[in-house]
Amino acid sequence: METVTAVGSDDPVLIRFDDVSKVYPLPAGDVVALDRVSLTVVRGEFIAIMGPSGSGKTTLLNLIGCLDVPTSGRLVINGRDVADLTDDDLTYLRRDTIGFIFQHFNLIPLLSVMENVEYPLILKCKDRDACGMKPFEVLKAAGLDDERLYTHKPNELSGGQQQRVAIARALVNDPSLLLCDEPTGNLDQKTGKAIMDLLAEMNRAGKTIIMVTHDLGIASYANRQVRIVDGRIMEDTG
Amino acid sequence: MSRTFFEFARRNLQRNLFRSLLAVVGIVIGVLAISSMGILGNSLTLSVTEELSTVGDSLSVIPHSGMGSQFGGGMVQDKITERQVQDLRRIVGSNPVIPFYSTADRIQVGTKSGVASIYAMDPDDMPKIVEVEKGIMIRGNSGILAGPRIADQFDLKVGSQIRFENGDTQRVVGILKERGLGFDIQPDYSLIVPSRWYEDRNDEKGYDQVIIKVRDIDEVDTLEKAIDDRFNRREDVLDTFSSKEILSSIQQVFGQISTFTTAIGGISLIVAGISILNVMMMSVTERTKEIGILRSIGTLRSEVRQMFIYEALMLGAVGSVLGGLLSFGGGFLISLLVLQTTQYLFHPASLSAIALGMGFGIATALLSGLYPAWKASNLNPIEALRYE
Ligand SMILES: Nc1ncnc2c1ncn2[C@@H]1O[C@H](COP(=O)(O)OP(=O)(O)OP(=O)(O)O)[C@@H](O)[C@H]1O
Ligand SMILES: [Mg+2]
Repeated sequence: METVTAVGSDDPVLIRFDDVSKVYPLPAGDVVALDRVSLTVVRGEFIAIMGPSGSGKTTLLNLIGCLDVPTSGRLVINGRDVADLTDDDLTYLRRDTIGFIFQHFNLIPLLSVMENVEYPLILKCKDRDACGMKPFEVLKAAGLDDERLYTHKPNELSGGQQQRVAIARALVNDPSLLLCDEPTGNLDQKTGKAIMDLLAEMNRAGKTIIMVTHDLGIASYANRQVRIVDGRIMEDTG
Repeated sequence: MSRTFFEFARRNLQRNLFRSLLAVVGIVIGVLAISSMGILGNSLTLSVTEELSTVGDSLSVIPHSGMGSQFGGGMVQDKITERQVQDLRRIVGSNPVIPFYSTADRIQVGTKSGVASIYAMDPDDMPKIVEVEKGIMIRGNSGILAGPRIADQFDLKVGSQIRFENGDTQRVVGILKERGLGFDIQPDYSLIVPSRWYEDRNDEKGYDQVIIKVRDIDEVDTLEKAIDDRFNRREDVLDTFSSKEILSSIQQVFGQISTFTTAIGGISLIVAGISILNVMMMSVTERTKEIGILRSIGTLRSEVRQMFIYEALMLGAVGSVLGGLLSFGGGFLISLLVLQTTQYLFHPASLSAIALGMGFGIATALLSGLYPAWKASNLNPIEALRYE
C-alpha cells in the first residue's frame, strides 16, 4: 500500500476550507447550511464529523466530495480550487481520488456484486479486461470472502455485506480520500463495529477518512473530532 | 466501457419489459406501414419498367367514345375503318401497326362451357404481340391460340376443340406464354383467332382497336401528336393512349394511396416516439436516485446521456428489426393483392425500402430519447442522491 503522501502532490494538506458558506435558496427563504467554515484536512487523518440533525454535516461532506460547490469562500482539494473546475473535472476528481460510502449503501440494484465493484474501475480504465484482479482484491480486503456472493444482486445480501460491497467499490480506484456518511447508521452494533475496524485498517494503510456520525462510540475510532452546529464549527479536536 | 452502458440500458429495459414492449409496438407498426408501401411502390415501378423494356411501349388507338359523325352521315363511329388503318400506317412509318377485333363469345370445350374474350387479328401480326409456349403460331385462316389462364380454366391443350355459339368449331394450335398484366390487351385470359375467319362470320364495319408497337419509347409523344393532328382536327374521332400514360395514371393513384399509408406510418411513428419519450421520462424519474449514485462515483454527464440514448436506440432497433421482418410479410400480401406478383419482394429496391422504414424507426426512437437523456444527465447529483 502507498504511503500517506504518495498520492496527488507532496503538499500534506489535502483539503482546505477558507470561509466557505453554502446557501440553499428556497422559496421560503435561503437556508444557510454552512456558515463561513474554515477547516484544514491533512493527508492520513481520520476525522469524525458530528452534530445535530440538519446542522450541515452532509453538506460539508458533499462539498469535499465535489458533488456540489461552495456558494462563497474558497475550497481547495488536492491543490486545486474547485471553483476553477468544470463539471467533468469534478467528476474525474470523484472517480479517481474520492471513495464514497453511504448510510444506505447505495449500490446499483441492476448490477451484481462484482459488477458494482468493477463499475468505477471500468469508468477509469475504459476496458474491462485491462482492469485486472483489482475487484477481487478489494472485495477480499473489504471482508467479503465468499466468492459465491459475487454474482448475487445487492438486495440478496445482508446490510453488513452490502456495506462491505460499497466499501470495496469505494476502494477499487485506490482513492486517497474516503468519505463516509453514517456508514454504520443502518447496521447493528456488532456489524457496525466490524465495518469500523475495516475503516480503521484502511486509515492505517494510508487513506484519509472523513466520516459523519451521530454515535460517540463510532466517533472514537477517529483521531480528530469536528462538531458542527447550525452550519458552524463549534469544536475541533485537531 | 460503452459495453457497460449498453448492458445497463439492456437490463433496465428488461426490468420494465412490458412497458418497453409497448413502446416497441408503435415502432413496429410505423416501420411496417412505411416499408410495405415502399415495397409495393418499388414492385409496381419495377414490373412496369420491366414490361416496357421487354415489349417496348405500345400505343393503343380506339374509336372516340361518344357520338361522332363522318362526312355528315350522322352514324355512330365506334370502329376504326380500313382506310383509317392505312392512314395510321403512313403516319407511324416502320413501327408495326396491328388492327384487331375485340369481342366475346360463349364457347364450349368438352363438357365445359363459358364466356371467352376473343381477339381476332391477322396471323402475321400475332408474333408481334404474343409468344407461343406450346404448339405453334397460327398459319392461314384457321386455328386458335389460347392464353394460359383461359387454358387452365377450360383445360385447353394443343389440339383441344372449341365450339362457338353459332356451332362453328376450331382447334387450339398453340398455348401462349404467360405475359402478365398488360396495358394494351390481356392475352392471358383470351383466345386469339385469325381475322379472316372472324370476318367471314361477322359483318364488321371496322376494327375495335389498333395497337402500334413503338420501338423507340421517346417517339411515343410525337406519334400521338401526329395521329391527333391527322384525325382529330375538327372533332375527336380516334383516342390514343400509351402504356406510359396508363402507367402514369396508375402511379398517380398509387401515389395517393401511398401518401395515405405513409402518413399512417408516420403518425404511428409519432405516437411511438411519444410513447418512447414517455417511457424514458418515467425511467429517468424512477432512476433519479440511481443516477445520483452513478454520478457520485464518477460517471460523467455524457456517460449518463449515453446510457439513455442506448436505451432509446435499443427500443428503436428492436422495433425496427421486428417491423422490417414483418414488412416482408406485409409487402408480400400487398404486392400479391395489388400486382398479383411477389417476384420483386427480394429485389434490392424492396430491401432498400425496408432499410428506409427501419431507418425512420431508429431515427424516431433516437429523437425521442434525446430529451430524457439530456434531462437525466443534467440532474443535480445531490438532489438525485437525496431523492427517495
Ligand atoms: N439540496 C438541498 N436543498 C435545500 N436545502 C438543503 C439541501 N440539502 C440540505 N439542505 C438543508 O441544509 C441544512 C443542512 O442539511 P444537511 O443535510 O447538511 O444536514 P445533516 O447535518 O447532514 O443532517 P442529518 O444528520 O439529518 O443528516 C438542512 O437545513 C437541510 O434542510
Ligand atoms: Mg446528513
